[in-house]
Amino acid sequence: MSLTILNNDYEKKYGFSDPEKFVFKTQKGLSEETVRQISKIKNEPEWMLDLRLKALKIFLSKPMPEWGGNLKDIDFGKYTYFFSPSDKIAHNWDDVPADIKKTFDRLGIPEAEQKFLGGVGAQYESQTVYHKLREDLAKQGVVFTDTDSAVKEHPDLIKKYFSTVVPAGDNKFAALNTAVWSGGSFIYIPPGVKVTVPLQAYFRINAKNVGQFERTLIIVDKDAEVHYIEGCTAPVYSTDSLHAAVVEVIALEGAKVRYTTIQNWSSNVYNLVTKRAVAHKDAVVEWVDGNLGSKLTMKYPCVILKGENSRADILSVAYAGKAQHQDTGGKVIHLASNTSSRIISKSVSKDGGRSSYRGLLRVVKGAKNVTSSVKCDALILDKLSRSDTYPKMKIEELATIAHEATVGKVGEEQLFYLMSRGLSESEALALIVLGFIQEFTKELPMEYAVELNKLIQMEMEGSVG
Amino acid sequence: MKLEIKDLNVSIDGKPILKGISLVVNPGEVHALMGPNGSGKSTLSYVLAGHPKYKIDRGDILIDGKSILELSPDGRAKLGLFLAFQHPFEIQGVGLSKFLFTLAKLKNEKLSFIDFKKQLDVNLSLLGVDKSFIDRDVNVGFSGGEKKRAEVLQLLTVKPSLAILDEMDSGLDIDSMQVLSKAISELRTPKFSCLVITHYQRLLNYLKPDFVHVLVDGKIVASGNAQLALEVEKKGYQGMAV
Repeated sequence: MSLTILNNDYEKKYGFSDPEKFVFKTQKGLSEETVRQISKIKNEPEWMLDLRLKALKIFLSKPMPEWGGNLKDIDFGKYTYFFSPSDKIAHNWDDVPADIKKTFDRLGIPEAEQKFLGGVGAQYESQTVYHKLREDLAKQGVVFTDTDSAVKEHPDLIKKYFSTVVPAGDNKFAALNTAVWSGGSFIYIPPGVKVTVPLQAYFRINAKNVGQFERTLIIVDKDAEVHYIEGCTAPVYSTDSLHAAVVEVIALEGAKVRYTTIQNWSSNVYNLVTKRAVAHKDAVVEWVDGNLGSKLTMKYPCVILKGENSRADILSVAYAGKAQHQDTGGKVIHLASNTSSRIISKSVSKDGGRSSYRGLLRVVKGAKNVTSSVKCDALILDKLSRSDTYPKMKIEELATIAHEATVGKVGEEQLFYLMSRGLSESEALALIVLGFIQEFTKELPMEYAVELNKLIQMEMEGSVG
Repeated sequence: MKLEIKDLNVSIDGKPILKGISLVVNPGEVHALMGPNGSGKSTLSYVLAGHPKYKIDRGDILIDGKSILELSPDGRAKLGLFLAFQHPFEIQGVGLSKFLFTLAKLKNEKLSFIDFKKQLDVNLSLLGVDKSFIDRDVNVGFSGGEKKRAEVLQLLTVKPSLAILDEMDSGLDIDSMQVLSKAISELRTPKFSCLVITHYQRLLNYLKPDFVHVLVDGKIVASGNAQLALEVEKKGYQGMAV
């Protein structure tokens, strides 16, 4: 079996679900009691409970955003906010409860771990069920664990950085996450340590009407390097699920971080994620963000270039199929001089899908000698589909900015050209789409690139052109 | 491969373009179809390859005795038909070598990359192009001459049994024309048939046709041997139409 973070037949490969077994879950709906219960079961220190309760107040007071996608159908009362399938975190796959292990086996996670990863985390519903870091990395002081454990094992780092990049008040869903967060990855890379193999976490929603609110915090110390990969899927249910994650990345002086996401949610998941990084002096932050599936995704990875000479690179791909809306993009805020950024966004819409690019580029007064380029390209595969672009720029200082946006349609002539070479219509479409997102695919580890290509090929089949 | 065009009448948006064309290209033969701009030359090549925008009002196209009108463009390609485009399309993000390998694999699923590469190197030197050429995206930023070379490279890779060359010579200098003609003559076998569509006679000096037809206003007004091309050159198309 190959690595199936992505696969070409969603229904068959990830559409399966396992019986809902749990050791603990909260009542449906959200209240102060829910938040207290979550904190209690985790045996959290008082300061974390306080943070959660404050965030809950913010969540309740903030109105639903009226921009982006359609959020009106979200009924916060119908979700289960904490659902724990297991009461311990295994460090060996054999210790993972059998039916959960079977899920991850089917998804190819243990195999990928052996093949090319330096560490793996696996989250099932609200709970991390497996975590393992290669021993040599652990010896160098690398920490890769779930965020719940980090609260207990690394309270100083959590207190210092948690909620500093994405405060609870940032937006309604960040507040929700801060109130009910569970699981997620915590990574700390000590000064000068360069982790050359990727660390990966996999997030799986299994139960119906469950919310997954993982919280990821990555701290890369001076001159250290890491590449983190996350993948996500869920079964196909007729009722929807909510995924509202928060990711905070801190790249200290001279650090280099790449954060790769491949999300392939089933088309009933609301995927509302806040991802933000702070880059200190000479640091480099790269978001490589692939969004497939989901009912609605609203996600705009952001880098705050706080230190001089820091650099941001945001590369994203969105694929919107039938009844899907991908509202994605990138944000860069240049706070310091001699900083540079690049945003490349590619979107593909098919079978009535809608993709929107929403971006922000900001250069504040006093940030001298900033360079930035923003490129967003959309490809529309049929007349039913739609693409929009909402780029926003706020430039308060003399800067070198390049901005380019294209909207392409696959024309009859282009298809005819390829078909005259013997490619079927779906093969021709797949070739055009894969070529279109090649700038993105080439940045992925090979195993992911292969799976992504397969998925796109599958999506193109049965097309009306 | 044998191509038969029988009383072909074609229109687009109700406007007739081809008005009763009949033509037989036997296996091993090279035919040239000459005509002025707007005579319907390119329409014929598109219709042969199965472009969906044209309407066949009457007549038939047969390959080895079987009608191909119901076949999609890829179905026709699988039979062995290849159209070299006058204006080929760009494919962003797809390297030419990868594209050629994809085409070669369509024909021979088991082809190894090593065997493919060997043949590709031979073809590249035949066309006198640098190896870096195949690392570029298909037709993206290609000059006119490079686009024609890329088309011929595909032709040499696919090795069709029936090739239709639509204005191969437009925008080419004499040297390029010679090189491309030489490459195409590599394909000549007793089974290979070729229909060369051109505005000018000069290509035919290199790609020596067995038969020449003159198309004016959607009709073939004259047919003959290679000599006919020289006559067209002398008299002009208007002279032929009378």
